[in-house]
Amino acid sequence: MTDTQGHHHEGEHAHPQLGFLRKYVFSTDHKVIGIQYLVTAMAMAVIGGTLSLLMRLQLGWPHDAFPFLARLMPKAFDSTGHMDPGFYLSLVTMHGTIMVFFLFTAVLTGGFGNFLIPLQIGARDMAFPFLNALSYWVFLVSCIVIFSALMVQGGAPLGGWTAYAPLSALPDLDPHQGTGMTLWITAIALFTASGLMGGLNYITTILTMRTKGLSMMRLPLTQWSLLITAVLGLLAFPVLLAAAILLVFDRVGGTSFFIPGGIIMGGKLIEHTGGHPLLWQHLFWFFGHPEVYIVILPAMGIASDILSTFCRKPIFSYKMMVYAMAAISGLSFIVWGHHMFVSGMSPFLGSVFTITTLLIAVPSAVKTFNWLGTVWGARIQFTSAGLFSIGFVSLFVSGGLSGIFLGTSAADIQLQDTYFVVAHFHLVMAIAPLFAAYAGLYYWFPKMFGRFMNETIGKVHFWASFVGVYCVFFPMHILGIGGQMRRIYDPLNYLFLQPQQVLNVFVSISAFFLGAAQILFLGNFFISIWAGKRVTENNPWKATTLEWETPCPTGHGNFGPELPVVHRWAFDYSPPGTKEDFLPQTAPAVPAARQH
Amino acid sequence: MSVLSQLRRRGTILPPPPTNYDGGSGNSGGAFPLSRAYIGMWVLLTAIIMLFAGLSSAYIVLHGLPQWQNITVPRIVWANTLVLFASSVALEFARHAVRRNQPAGVRQWMAVSGILGISFLVGQVIAWRQLVAAGVYLSTTIHSSFFYVLTGVHALHLLGGLVGLGVVLQKSFADKLTATNHEPLRVFALYWHFMDVVWIYCFLLLLLA
Repeated sequence: MTDTQGHHHEGEHAHPQLGFLRKYVFSTDHKVIGIQYLVTAMAMAVIGGTLSLLMRLQLGWPHDAFPFLARLMPKAFDSTGHMDPGFYLSLVTMHGTIMVFFLFTAVLTGGFGNFLIPLQIGARDMAFPFLNALSYWVFLVSCIVIFSALMVQGGAPLGGWTAYAPLSALPDLDPHQGTGMTLWITAIALFTASGLMGGLNYITTILTMRTKGLSMMRLPLTQWSLLITAVLGLLAFPVLLAAAILLVFDRVGGTSFFIPGGIIMGGKLIEHTGGHPLLWQHLFWFFGHPEVYIVILPAMGIASDILSTFCRKPIFSYKMMVYAMAAISGLSFIVWGHHMFVSGMSPFLGSVFTITTLLIAVPSAVKTFNWLGTVWGARIQFTSAGLFSIGFVSLFVSGGLSGIFLGTSAADIQLQDTYFVVAHFHLVMAIAPLFAAYAGLYYWFPKMFGRFMNETIGKVHFWASFVGVYCVFFPMHILGIGGQMRRIYDPLNYLFLQPQQVLNVFVSISAFFLGAAQILFLGNFFISIWAGKRVTENNPWKATTLEWETPCPTGHGNFGPELPVVHRWAFDYSPPGTKEDFLPQTAPAVPAARQH
Repeated sequence: MSVLSQLRRRGTILPPPPTNYDGGSGNSGGAFPLSRAYIGMWVLLTAIIMLFAGLSSAYIVLHGLPQWQNITVPRIVWANTLVLFASSVALEFARHAVRRNQPAGVRQWMAVSGILGISFLVGQVIAWRQLVAAGVYLSTTIHSSFFYVLTGVHALHLLGGLVGLGVVLQKSFADKLTATNHEPLRVFALYWHFMDVVWIYCFLLLLLA
């Protein structure tokens, strides 16, 4: 028996041997569930990414025919091989929905949350393991339901990921809004239920199951971010569910919550009367704005911890990092109106939402300066994970700065619904979290599978992605200021957009380059599971947190017969007077000659 | 020393030393004052609060529109409210019994509570039938839509509660509820009373239109 296997058995303390199905498929082990979430979300990312490439194909060359794709998807293209405009809008809708919910929310909280929470707090599993497994399976069903919306007669919904009423409330308005939209609502409702089960677990586990000595202010920032995110999800998702319930009744029950009177459909006045379409927008964005923080906060936590590890320095101003995350999450509930500046809102209310929105810049800047403070003067180890966490900071700043423009109602009225907005939210809430997720995957891969991912391919992947995302999203700001509307099917239709079409072509080519770079990652990930370099030690990155006390890969039950005892915070890098340049959280006060 | 020079001295920015180096200064799992189930229940209740907050904010917004038309809430709903309140009282008697270690009393009072809960649901269905008989349907006015949706969503939560009641009752039959440890009953009672409060809130909302 090799040493690794020996560790493995030690780690399986008090957990009986299970068959293959119970161990790897219908498992209640938080690590297996976390990896299931990760892999499922990756599959969704491939689908969502492919949809975006189809969009870029249309935007780059709007008048070209694509006979090959037309043969592949005969319903989505006309007989001459040109893309159907309705199909294009479905692509927009499904890309947004899949990426926001089924990739980012799922990969960061579902994937990393499940995998890391018990490991980093020194627990053997989640508080409610069965509920945790149920959460994954409901999530999987929701993924299948949303995917099936692409397959149904009539096509996928076309109202955007925000599903604005009354378009979303009237199934007969367009074939796309029939079965496709019903599946969309079903998937979101299932996703909400799954998220609730997950959040229930995260909050309870972090509050009650921390090991001895691990006070709240000794938690790694990843744990703080996951806790705050779970609270955000708990407060935000039920409101979306409430809106979805009312929407379903409008669609099938004949009610008029979101439908005003006087709509003429197919030449006939509809029977609905008395509702208000803006009500949907209010309910949706009351959820929608916290949702973007549900995506970005875990990314911040993960990037902070990884940055500190590879800078070999404590995170700068730990407490302020925690307070800043709490402040961001609190503010996120009073800013939703900035998505609705052009909805006829009173200018006074617009000013109020402008002020609350700009306030978010304060904790965000605190975090940015603390990241800079962490990197400042550090002897940085440029591993793939370290590079991606630095990339996260860069993208967060680039995307965050344009948020100040958009949060100001005067500027937003000009920029609303242009590619400036598309550029802003992709950088700050899509690509930045994506980079943090990549950092996390390169970093915790050894803990998950007992092998490393290939570092050289990882670095190529980083640089290709980093250059790629800036080439894709930076020109979009210019396109937006030039007036290009989001969700536009054919920019060449407008005389004033024709001169900047060359930028669209550039963005599209960059997008294909960026997409190709992600194939590198997928190959690296799946090949490394079986063929990566073996990890021979528990703590290959010389990190301080508790998960690195366990073998790679960690066995069932996580820790040996005794749970670890914590003596210090999670950021003791380069403390003076120690032999190595870090002290694990379990190191006692006076480090005696440390045993290995 | 300026912040920048502090920054440059790599590795010298240390946290304040932990107060107790021997560990245990943190509140570890065993020391946490509330049980996991109790916290989990409060998390669930928070989600339910937000669900009803979302629905009632929609109600308040639409109520402010000139198109709003009131319906008359059936009288039986008053009786239903009393029945649901009685169900909560019965549950308190069950808790009283479990603290005195009277398993028979626990089962009796829980059964009473469950029967009263089911009676409430039957009463709500009767209220729906009365509305239908009066020609007030789901889509008649926004107020009637809300009446059906709010009572329906609340009834679904009560149905879930009845499943929970069954689980706790089964634990009682398995002699798992003791005078010192009857956490399942405590957690269930929290949910059941909470649903009482949610109902009174919804009822007032619908009544004060």
